[in-house]
Amino acid sequence: MKIEVDRRAGLPGVFTRKNGGIEINASQLHYRELNNMVKGAAAEGSREIVLDNVYGQRYIGSGIRKPVNIVVHGVPGNDLGAFMDGPNITVDRNAQDGVGNTMNNGVIVVHGRAGDIVAMGMRGGKIFIKGSVGYRAAIHMKEYRKHRPVLVVGGDTQDFLGEYMAGGMVIALGLGRENGAGIQAKHIGTGMHGGLIFLRGEVEEYQLGKEAAGAAAAEEDLARIRPYVEEYVGYFGGDADDILKSGFTKLWPKSSRPFGGLYAY
Amino acid sequence: MLRGVRFRDDKDFSGCSIFGMMNASGMRFTGAPMLTAIANMKERSNGLGGGFATYGIYPQYADLYCFHMMYSDEAGKSDCEEFLAANFSIEQAEIIPTSPCEGVGEAPLLWRYFLQPRENPAPACEIQDLDDFVVQAVMHINAVIDGAFAFSSGKNMGVFKGVGFPEDIGRFFRLDEYEGYIWVAHGRFPTNTQAWWGGAHPFNILDWSVVHNGEISSYGINQRHLEMYGYTCTLFTDTEVIAYAVDLLVRRHGLSIEDMASVLAAPLWTDIDRMPPREKELHTALRQTYGSLLLNGPFSVIVSNLSQMIGLTDRIRLRPLVAGRNGDWMYLSSEEAPMHLVDDTLKDTWIPSGGEPIVFQVEDAVAVAQGEEMLSGVAPGG
Repeated sequence: MKIEVDRRAGLPGVFTRKNGGIEINASQLHYRELNNMVKGAAAEGSREIVLDNVYGQRYIGSGIRKPVNIVVHGVPGNDLGAFMDGPNITVDRNAQDGVGNTMNNGVIVVHGRAGDIVAMGMRGGKIFIKGSVGYRAAIHMKEYRKHRPVLVVGGDTQDFLGEYMAGGMVIALGLGRENGAGIQAKHIGTGMHGGLIFLRGEVEEYQLGKEAAGAAAAEEDLARIRPYVEEYVGYFGGDADDILKSGFTKLWPKSSRPFGGLYAY
Repeated sequence: MLRGVRFRDDKDFSGCSIFGMMNASGMRFTGAPMLTAIANMKERSNGLGGGFATYGIYPQYADLYCFHMMYSDEAGKSDCEEFLAANFSIEQAEIIPTSPCEGVGEAPLLWRYFLQPRENPAPACEIQDLDDFVVQAVMHINAVIDGAFAFSSGKNMGVFKGVGFPEDIGRFFRLDEYEGYIWVAHGRFPTNTQAWWGGAHPFNILDWSVVHNGEISSYGINQRHLEMYGYTCTLFTDTEVIAYAVDLLVRRHGLSIEDMASVLAAPLWTDIDRMPPREKELHTALRQTYGSLLLNGPFSVIVSNLSQMIGLTDRIRLRPLVAGRNGDWMYLSSEEAPMHLVDDTLKDTWIPSGGEPIVFQVEDAVAVAQGEEMLSGVAPGG
């Protein structure tokens, strides 16, 4: 049973335990207080942590190394899930900047839009954003052996997508665009030296940074992104076949060491 | 001396907070939701500066210039009042009401004057145009009169600012007792210059106000360019140049808001190269003519006047800005959450592209600015 909390009048910090989970009224709580409660609940083995009335508290879920479900009702602040290693975070509204900053493992699902630098330095796990994201998504995203981060964006990204990207995968579905329109972002893949980017529709040469190359995605590429598109559709609805058959552009780095000679004499 | 009182900055980096809220119908509302919104971004400021600008607060004096003054002592006050009396007819002079507030330290003397320029002013200023005359007067006070600083000089608007967290500064100035149709707020986290009362944002000249998050590495060349047009930078803070640049470009040179934005955050040459011929010619001309007013470095700003609230970031968006709109209510903010905190029915929010001005316009702007339409009401979060 979900407790009805007045969005403004609820006492800050009041929590209720139920079915191995905990529900916290985050109204007016400072992020340190809130995150101490969340970390405490995760440490004592809560399976689900529900946060109500979240308005801008930063670092929610950061550093937690357990597979706990964290449900955020509201607008979480910057660096949601930073450095986390395992939790599932669901947000019912928009998120701010730095979602999944340097996260190691786990899943973040945002049922709205997110701000700039989503998936910055991300090292593993998955992020699904229902709507669009701002500038510099997946900046310096990286991978190592089996740790391959994936960012799926339902709408489009703005400029500098995949800046200095070193690994992992970004898929932008471009849903909700005008018919026939392509992504508007520029400087995509500037400094890119690893990983792959898939964008629905065509991308003009001038939209790419000089370290990125692109071509139409082949059947095997589409097969590769299909599980992630299906997972996106599972969270937010839609038809994976329709999305996939509308065509994607695949971007990859021209070199794995574009700056290798920069300081060499 | 006022400008000698500085507060050390501990170089703990974050960013400033900016927030703007306006009602497009000109309905006036109190500063209460502004305090809620700016306090929500407390992490972005460090208590070394907070301030507000608000429009529509003095409808009974809508045709008079209102100077808000800071004085370090009675000598500064009497020198300044002598200058004001020589150049203006002082219709009203009063202490700006304040309440003691925890978190706000020793304040300068705070006065406001409702002024009408004299037809035969003292020789320090020449009358060409009333607005130009007022700009000259503000420059004279801030550069020449020791211990006096004019921090607000528009009609039917006012700036309230000081050293402290913005929500404390707002309570200190009793902003829940004012009603305006545009409000902007700033929480300061000074990184390059030391904090003092006059160095808090907003920066104002006439009815232009600017709140700013970022740093302007082109300050030197911008300042020298503006000096050629009679603007003297006296406030030890880079943001000052934006207020003067906007006044020069829009009021004096008649540029549109969009062209002004294309000067301050000019499109990259690679983008200009791909433009259709006429547009290419325009942007090339703007860059050639006003190259010295290009703002280099990361910034997001909210610029406001009696009829508009304008959001702008640098062309590659190195500082955050989010816009929102809910019927007549318009929002600009460093972060998403405070907009929803004051207005829980807000759905339509978006991230402006770098260099693209978001212009929110007041309807019937002339009537609203002159106080002819006097709607008051309760704002979301108010």
